[in-house]
Amino acid sequence: MQIQLEILRRERADSAPVWEQFLFETDGSDTVMTALIALNQSLAAAGKRCIRYECSCLQKKCGACAMVIQGKPCLACDAKLTEVQKKGVIRVEPLRKFPVISDLIVDRSILFENLKTLQVWLVSECIAKGKGAELAYEASRCLQCGCCLEVCPNFCPGERFCGMAAFVPTARLMSELSGAERKRLYQAYREHIYEGCGKSLACRNICPAGLQIDKLLVHSNAVSIWKRT
Amino acid sequence: MQTVNIIGAGLAGLSAAITLAESGVSSRLISLQPSERAQSVLAEGGINGALNTMGEDDSPEQHYADTMRGGVWLADPNAVANLTAHAPEILRWLEGLGVPFNRTETDISLRNFGGQKLKRTAYAQSSTGKIIMHALIDEARKYEQTGLIHRFPHHEFLCLLTDQDVCEGVRVQDVYSGRMYDLHGAVLLCTGGMNGILPGRTTGTTQNTGDVTATIFLQGVSLGNLEMLQYHPTTVGIAGKRCLVTEAARGEGGRLFIERGGKRWYFMEELYPELGNLSPRDVVARTMYFVRRQAETGNQVYLDLTVLSDSVWKKKLSDLRQELMHYLSIDPKKEPVPVQEGIHYFMGGILTDENHRTNLRHLLAAGECTCQYHGANRLGGNSMLGALYGGRRAAETLLQARELPGSDLIPFTGTESLAKPASPEWIREVSEILLSGLGIVRNAEQLVDAIERLAAVPASNLREENRLHLAEAMLRSALERRESRGAHYREDFPELREDLQKITVAQYDGAISVKFCELPERRNHANTTGNSQT
Repeated sequence: MQIQLEILRRERADSAPVWEQFLFETDGSDTVMTALIALNQSLAAAGKRCIRYECSCLQKKCGACAMVIQGKPCLACDAKLTEVQKKGVIRVEPLRKFPVISDLIVDRSILFENLKTLQVWLVSECIAKGKGAELAYEASRCLQCGCCLEVCPNFCPGERFCGMAAFVPTARLMSELSGAERKRLYQAYREHIYEGCGKSLACRNICPAGLQIDKLLVHSNAVSIWKRT
Repeated sequence: MQTVNIIGAGLAGLSAAITLAESGVSSRLISLQPSERAQSVLAEGGINGALNTMGEDDSPEQHYADTMRGGVWLADPNAVANLTAHAPEILRWLEGLGVPFNRTETDISLRNFGGQKLKRTAYAQSSTGKIIMHALIDEARKYEQTGLIHRFPHHEFLCLLTDQDVCEGVRVQDVYSGRMYDLHGAVLLCTGGMNGILPGRTTGTTQNTGDVTATIFLQGVSLGNLEMLQYHPTTVGIAGKRCLVTEAARGEGGRLFIERGGKRWYFMEELYPELGNLSPRDVVARTMYFVRRQAETGNQVYLDLTVLSDSVWKKKLSDLRQELMHYLSIDPKKEPVPVQEGIHYFMGGILTDENHRTNLRHLLAAGECTCQYHGANRLGGNSMLGALYGGRRAAETLLQARELPGSDLIPFTGTESLAKPASPEWIREVSEILLSGLGIVRNAEQLVDAIERLAAVPASNLREENRLHLAEAMLRSALERRESRGAHYREDFPELREDLQKITVAQYDGAISVKFCELPERRNHANTTGNSQT
């Protein structure tokens, strides 16, 4: 089966973006990621500029290859060509809420900066048990891919609301901390998550890891805003 | 003390950076992508440590014995004794960082894993690597805030800065801006396995290209046991790679079988009654290879997980079930899973002593990029342990150092020919040659043929040239080891030879040489550290 991949490319951050078309022959097993890998093989052999992208695990466990495919943010390694194509065409572009570096690479450093803003770390030892361990497990699955921020109607990089990519790792610590640390985290949660979240839950529907963000939010609201444990 | 340059931000790199920071020493944590994308997040089944929480009288000494036996006595006994003695402490440290391990009523739960009779493997379902990484990333962030850990994200290793046998620093490139820097100071390599020399054929990531190992080999760093590639018995093919089916699936009761004369033959249970399906990985993978070639057997080995209870699926392997349903459209609760051996781990790599020092002064290495702890075959559950303990041990070696080189950062504006990558076509060609020599079963004829074909492959840039040398060193190490041991099985030399209980050491000084080096004897007090030079 032949697929036409349309890729929004630019060599550098300041270059004008251009849609480029590539024809790709697939036996049906390919994902957008393996198609990009194969296209680069042909481009390199022809002495042309390769398509730049980020990629690592190829099995939707690392979040590296998040991009916008057919208008929706997702992991390219999880997007089967046969499933996402419409009339044999697939449009691929970089995530739109982050500065583009080159082709499909965006600078997602805001994700990591926000986690510093929220001070997501332990100061003293804590052991995850029972319900706390269940929540910690779920929260630890976050890929930091940025897809949730892409669809969030409230997130804008650099503003006070840090979005779900910052919330989920915070949720790991919500029941674990004590004393002043807990108070500090609850305050940060209120300021940077709770007050900015419009509860559209678009994040939950788009999350490639299928995280139960609503469940984590309910718990975090209960312990920090409504003070129920 | 000076700043340390750590290349790689997976388990080993994070462990080292945190250990240094705890002692107030700063590091640059240099990686092409953030820690969340490191191969460590793919580790599944668990991490070993003789915590003895399951009432089986386990001890670090038994963990030591299993690790040495599993590695067919090709690991440094003092290093392994250190590793296994500190394993319980590493697990308790992780527990204190809030890692949500599966638990019994009172303590960390442990599961069965390959090559070990006792329950010794701590786990978080079958996403243990991801869950541990998350906690370590949080811990590292605490020190990022205070400036003790300085991340260099999207930076690629280009080469070491050396003066004869002294490492003075590292040259890196910011792949976003294209700018290059010379970072002076001691260097700790935590760069993972060499998956990129065999693209699409391993369970690893595309980031672990093998370029670092290839480059430093040409810069005079000794590599050990390069012939030791681990084939994991249970992998499945997905788009672009081999996908691991965790050993925990067998640890929880999964059984391997093949069709023979119209019936299921549970060959591991019959041929290896002692450890059965949980025999060491080299044994299982090789047995699969041979039973497939027997008359009257089918061509496909299956993993039967239908015997697992609902509670195991729900509490211990829910992620594995989802994965198999997603990729293979097979519900493992209802039907057996077709599996195949796939390259999973590199036991060989940068040769280090038990303090993680290489043959260059001020250059250390830890994690999968090293030849350390696993000998001729790694036990499941020992890789994360080796990375975490190795990173910590290397950091401790640096902390004890009397002198280290300065830690300047100097922009580099010259031309660096190492910035150009090997071409994908070329990599594929070399990969096919390597695989023809380094299968599960090997012989001299195939290896010599592979070496000759490799010699005819032209290199069009420096990285390709480096990779060619690394590939040749791997094949020649396999050719020189005229015995069968662990993951290295020679059909022309099927017996183990006691006189070859030695490390193959590959060295480059204008030409490649492969020599055998003696392993140290085990000391009585395994915990003493070596001298304080790095």
